Amino acid sequence: MKPKFSPPAPGKPRLTTSAMIASIAADGQATKPAPFGHALVEIASTRPDIVGMTADLGKYTDLHIFAKAYPDRFYQMGMAEQLLFGAAGGLASEGFTPFATTYAVFASRRAYDFIHQTIAEEDRDVKIVAALPGLTSGYGPSHQAAEDLALFRAMPNMVVVDPCDALDTEQATAAIAAHKGPVYMRLLRGNVPMVLDEYAYSFELGKAKLLRDGRDVLVISSGILTMRALEAAKALAKDKVSLGVLHCPTIKPLDVETIRREAAKSGRLVVVAENHTEIGGLGEAVARDLMLNGIHPAFRHIALPDEFLGAGALPTLHDRYGISTEAIVATIKGWLG
Amino acid sequence: MAELPNKSLADRAYHIRRNAVLMGEVQGQGYIAQALDIADVLAVAYFHAMTYRPEDPEWEGRDRFLLSNGHYAIALYAALIEAGILPENELETYGSDDSRLPMSGMAQYTPGMEMSGGSLGIGLSIAVGKCLGLKRKGSSSRVYTLFSDGELDEGSVWEAILSAAHHKLDNLIAIVDINNMQADGPSTQMMGFEPLKEKLEAFGWFTQRIDGNDLDAVVAAFDAAKAHPGPQPRMIIADTLMGKGVPFLETRDKSHFIRVDAHEWQLALQALDAGRSA
Ligand SMILES: Cc1ncc(C[n+]2csc(CCOP(=O)(O)OP(=O)(O)O)c2C)c(N)n1
Ligand SMILES: [Mg+2]
Repeated sequence: MKPKFSPPAPGKPRLTTSAMIASIAADGQATKPAPFGHALVEIASTRPDIVGMTADLGKYTDLHIFAKAYPDRFYQMGMAEQLLFGAAGGLASEGFTPFATTYAVFASRRAYDFIHQTIAEEDRDVKIVAALPGLTSGYGPSHQAAEDLALFRAMPNMVVVDPCDALDTEQATAAIAAHKGPVYMRLLRGNVPMVLDEYAYSFELGKAKLLRDGRDVLVISSGILTMRALEAAKALAKDKVSLGVLHCPTIKPLDVETIRREAAKSGRLVVVAENHTEIGGLGEAVARDLMLNGIHPAFRHIALPDEFLGAGALPTLHDRYGISTEAIVATIKGWLG
Repeated sequence: MAELPNKSLADRAYHIRRNAVLMGEVQGQGYIAQALDIADVLAVAYFHAMTYRPEDPEWEGRDRFLLSNGHYAIALYAALIEAGILPENELETYGSDDSRLPMSGMAQYTPGMEMSGGSLGIGLSIAVGKCLGLKRKGSSSRVYTLFSDGELDEGSVWEAILSAAHHKLDNLIAIVDINNMQADGPSTQMMGFEPLKEKLEAFGWFTQRIDGNDLDAVVAAFDAAKAHPGPQPRMIIADTLMGKGVPFLETRDKSHFIRVDAHEWQLALQALDAGRSA
């Protein structure tokens, strides 16, 4: 049944928008423009094997910056994602290193078999860089890649990366360029928040990093949920709750040594927080590894529900589905009782 | 609408454009230029070609209309309002939280929206299934499917084009909007698809190519598509002008998703009024 219409309440409502592109930066937050695009331009200056490719989303994946710097190393493939990744596999088989961009939904859902066959199975050196990962668009399920990590984790050979901010994105871009083999990287595009420069942090492929220690709770997180966890830690500190944050931007291969070591420290609630469906992402990966290794902390999971998500303004949706800072603070407080 | 039962098609197109501009104003941005380019096609589809009951949008005997290019939802909402399927005051909610009119057209949200769009290149596949299903039920309803020139890049579209001809789907009328625009720029620079009419004819479709902003040509094309006696699917290639009807948008630097300054919405409405009385 379709919903019934109830006329809007009188008075001017807050403007909300289900536009495709939404900012993940809070008002006044420090940001950096197009960190992936600029980083790739720099890396490519000493790497003539690198080429850029997109499926009619250059401007929306910050690859237009590469296209402008290296017009003869850029391929506009049209809005044809299966072709994009098949051709990327072909270019890689001839010795080139394609960075191929589209939205996460189309890389994961539309082109999955093409990536599986032409890139992963042949172990090709293709970097899949995908914008609007997890819930970062208010446009509705067609543009909400809630399950992208699960899908690419399940693909043999694939390295899966979920950066947190502009600094992470720049450094991860260099790291995946240096890595030989297929990579799926979640892309934060446009004006991307800068958060990790406040911490003694650098991105290393395959490594989880403790950003802050805490006595009561350890949050293991990736992507923008690390940013949220850090904000939640500051808020909870006011209530005398001490929350540690272990940032785990490489989802596969997982840094199990660090995760086991930190999770085994007794007396802490372990919470995995991810911008992803509760099925098949970081949470299940961590839980499985801890179980297999006899590490049994009190364990909780902050993730998107197993349902088609709504259309609406991104802040509204992050509140609704429990991944805004406020929602995370409230949830953790509830668990601590 | 009820108070003006004999409105001309030009009037219908005017109201569709006006509704779209009013929705655009709610958000200050959007796929306005597309709504303006496709208004004439929608006017003919909804007020000349198709059979439906505004009060019962799921009436079994209706012709089906699939919006494959879901980002054109603003245009379809404008037509559904003009058709009386949606109430006019609902346009104030366009794109807002809890609205039935999200920016991307979705079947679960909106009466009269037959498919969930957003992921492009899918509508024609659904159309093939609907046409097969209608034939199987012995129904004489038709399936109209609107899609965009960007969708011509997707392999899935060509799979459906082959399939519709293979299955002799004479109950399918597809309309492709050639507005020469995609997300990264002009369609011709993304992936060439010309000569399109010859291609589609070679693929077995009864194909017409028209100026999609010439109402008489659009009417003639829909009439011919319905009347064509052969056992083929029917394609209308509609060349359109983005921003049509609002001269300052017609000539503005074209782009897929436009922001319009607050004071310009009123100017846009005035331009539509001027064009109407001209
Ligand atoms: C399968 C798929 N790939 C990419 C996109 C992102 N996207 C949204 S609109 C668009 C442009 C498509 O061309 P067209 O519909 O002709 O654009 P318009 O005429 O509206 O400017 C793209 C690439 C999408 N929605 N679906
Ligand atoms: Mg177009």
